[in-house]
Amino acid sequence: MKTAVIVFPGSNCDRDMAVALEQVTGGAPAMVWHRDTDLPDGTEFIALPGGFSYGDYLRSGAMAARSPILRAVADAAGRGVPVLGVCNGFQVLTEAQLLPGALMRNAGLNFVCRTVPLRVENSQSLFTASYNAGEEINIPVAHHDGNYFADAATLDRIEGDGRVAFRYADSVNGSARDIAGVLNDAGNVLGMMPHPERAIDRAHGGTDGLRLFEAALGVLA
Amino acid sequence: MKVNVYVTLKPGVLDPQGKAIHHALEGLGFGGVADVRAGRFIELDVADGTSDADLDAMCAKLLANMVIENYRIERP
Repeated sequence: MKTAVIVFPGSNCDRDMAVALEQVTGGAPAMVWHRDTDLPDGTEFIALPGGFSYGDYLRSGAMAARSPILRAVADAAGRGVPVLGVCNGFQVLTEAQLLPGALMRNAGLNFVCRTVPLRVENSQSLFTASYNAGEEINIPVAHHDGNYFADAATLDRIEGDGRVAFRYADSVNGSARDIAGVLNDAGNVLGMMPHPERAIDRAHGGTDGLRLFEAALGVLA
Repeated sequence: MKVNVYVTLKPGVLDPQGKAIHHALEGLGFGGVADVRAGRFIELDVADGTSDADLDAMCAKLLANMVIENYRIERP
């Protein structure tokens, strides 16, 4: 399976993401620079990694969302190619309006860096099919701007449509309705603040993140 | 031509930074501050005759995130 990791200046989880993808698919992903205008032909899965793209200038993810490669990512997403945005990647996807809402400064103003329990809200999506609905999984978070915001009508709509993929089991950052991960309308774009690529090996302290990649990359154990 | 753009959080959007500033002011002994909202000020140096429509587009497409923010343009 051909996968790609988008690399922005300031990305710092791109190599962790590449390790996760290679571990599951057996092949190294293409590392695609933000100034590129095209994805490699036949790209079947795109990951936007965590980090601090463009130094979080203006707003987290704002500059990256306007970079040349994002037009290609949006085109691919429109064709149904799975797109996973983690942490800064989630911020980029909301800024690019591929996902609803916005990620604001954590309510407690602190950078939060620890493993947190998540509740799987939707186990039917291509990213979450390896989990059971309502299951609690443990995935690390590391962010300053993870406070999910959307207006009440949008929140009601995405909840009603089953587009909340994950919810924090305990409040972590002030997110509206404790939302940790959101799917797009078609279900092929997932943004989440927690880092599944940091939970793919027993040495990480857990492998709950690995199951997301196994589901999304079609190699369900 | 210098154009000033003020980007502010929409009413109703919680502003944790404004709250922290508020608490810090209180800590310095400044009572009587009812609320603090933090925003962003951007100064653009644009060609004379840049249209309102272009300035609006700059704000809506990049300078402000319309999900959470409003903007106000101040021309000379």
